[in-house]
Amino acid sequence: MPVTPISKVVTANDLRSGEVIYLRFPHDWTPELSKASVITDDDLAQAGLAFAQGQANVVVGAYLSDVVAEADGPKAIHFRDTFRSTGPSNYRHGKQEI
Amino acid sequence: MYQYSNFDHEFVAQRVAQFRAQVARRLDGSLSEEEFKPLRLMNGLYLQLHAYMLRVAIPYGTLNSRQMDQIAMIAERWDKGYGHFTTRQNIQFNWPKLEDVPDILQALADVEMHAIQTSGNTIRNVTADHFAGAAADEIADPRPIAELIRQWSTDHPEFQFLPRKFKIAVTGSPHDRAVTQAHDIGLRMTEQNGSRGFEVIVGGGLGRTPMIGKTLSPFVPLEDLLPYLEAVVSTYNLLGRRDNKYKARIKITTHEHGIDEIKQRVDAQFTKIKPLFSGADLQLLKDIERHFEPPKLKPAAPAGTAQTVAQTPAFRAWRDTNITAHKVPGYAIVSVSLKKPGATPGDATAEQMRALAQIARNFGHDALRISHEQNVILPYVHLADLPQVYQALCRADLATANIGLISDIIACPGMDYCALATARSIPVAQQIATRFEALKLEHDIGPLKLKISGCINACGHHHVGHIGILGLEKAGVESYQITLGGDAGAEAQIGTRAGPGFGANEIVPAIERLILGYLHLRADETESFLEAYRRLGLAPFKALLYPQEKKAA
Repeated sequence: MPVTPISKVVTANDLRSGEVIYLRFPHDWTPELSKASVITDDDLAQAGLAFAQGQANVVVGAYLSDVVAEADGPKAIHFRDTFRSTGPSNYRHGKQEI
Repeated sequence: MYQYSNFDHEFVAQRVAQFRAQVARRLDGSLSEEEFKPLRLMNGLYLQLHAYMLRVAIPYGTLNSRQMDQIAMIAERWDKGYGHFTTRQNIQFNWPKLEDVPDILQALADVEMHAIQTSGNTIRNVTADHFAGAAADEIADPRPIAELIRQWSTDHPEFQFLPRKFKIAVTGSPHDRAVTQAHDIGLRMTEQNGSRGFEVIVGGGLGRTPMIGKTLSPFVPLEDLLPYLEAVVSTYNLLGRRDNKYKARIKITTHEHGIDEIKQRVDAQFTKIKPLFSGADLQLLKDIERHFEPPKLKPAAPAGTAQTVAQTPAFRAWRDTNITAHKVPGYAIVSVSLKKPGATPGDATAEQMRALAQIARNFGHDALRISHEQNVILPYVHLADLPQVYQALCRADLATANIGLISDIIACPGMDYCALATARSIPVAQQIATRFEALKLEHDIGPLKLKISGCINACGHHHVGHIGILGLEKAGVESYQITLGGDAGAEAQIGTRAGPGFGANEIVPAIERLILGYLHLRADETESFLEAYRRLGLAPFKALLYPQEKKAA
């Protein structure tokens, strides 16, 4: 079975609010995973991560998160990243308030 | 309760000012995250899954109404209108913004509260029996000692960089409600030849390697307690491992070296440092004790109109489950459940906090407690006031009659909030409580402690639950392991893992099979789940959880 290359997004937390944010090329941050730039190229992924890590006064804890690219935007693969993209399940807080 | 001295006020004010400057330097880029992180953690500020989280200490679980009102104000002004009471008598705010945290800390300082040492490898918030000072079964109020330990351990220069975090719990009652055997140090008040002292238990803890604490000394006289504790922590500080964080807690140190060697080293250290304690600690303890004089209990107002309430079945059900015997005749200890079925265990809204503060002022001698079981306690309520307290609680949606029952679930925040979690806890707790509410079986089932953790660190105390649930990740999905037969009481026990984990959709039906099966297995209606488990062992309960395996065999 051919291995599908894993797509990635660059994600982090906003330094001031702590909110989960995603990189939107070339240098914007969005709170919505659906608007994040999907990266399929490894070099580009590393470049995106390096850019995020260079924004130490804007974001915290940047990392590459695996996603599946779908018609309405990327979807997280791991359930932890899914929760990060939606918010807690006990209240409609965080991104669910938008 | 304890009132801050000028020294305390100044110390906390200084820390707020320091942190304000640190946050400013982080925001202007003078401090990197690497530099800032230990500074924010020293002040209880974590970065979690969706936002920052501020953990505020409620020393030995004691609050007055003014403090509760202030917590409500903070929740409304800087958070999302609620707070989460934790299993270590702290309160957590889940949504503060970094730049607001210095103001929050100032608001806390204004009412003699802080978030110092609620994180990091230091001595954490000292916890105590939530019925302390009121329980009919206690020798004496353990909170003066807890306060002495808080003062000694706060900013203690030797103990700011321990191998790992260090948790101390204190009880004044032989009926352990403070889980002392699952703490790095557990202190149990005892008496010997008419003088008071403590049994010192060491090396208990849950987490990845759960262990029940061992008695280091069966009796340390009160006057030796602080130097003895200093000897224990100092021994651990030198001996504890720093090469592997999973082997750094004192439970591992004790396990690896043996209790006898630890005892030898502690005794030697104690002999060395005891002369350095000039008696100032005992003088301080005397001063502290004055702050913990019991309130002047007055005859309550005549019950009057409340009599009609007293006759309702709902009131009687609440009184039967949520009231505990008081040491003073005519008074009761009221446990207010934060576990309404479907709600998040341990959460209270700002309105509910204000209602509790008002009830404490009107009927509770201004006293409130937070239990490690994530409920709120009114430790001094006159029996005649119970109907009015109940009515006020009903108005605040706080009159759930389930203390000690299956829906009174301890649950950590899990992966809904916590960056360390491997699975969610809150939805599992919500679903179990809602399911048993629908079955209307809760009171038939009787006393049952169900505890849920969303990762191996075991903040939800699952190892010592009669039924414990541990949320893990297995093959990319949430998976829940069940342990049975744990006990957090005086004869604490670690539960036994029942078998393979259950998927998120399977865990509630599994618990239902287990409980319905128990109702058939028990000798009679008075035999609790734990008693039945102890009598019958794991096998019949395992068969309930894994019916397919039974068929296959």
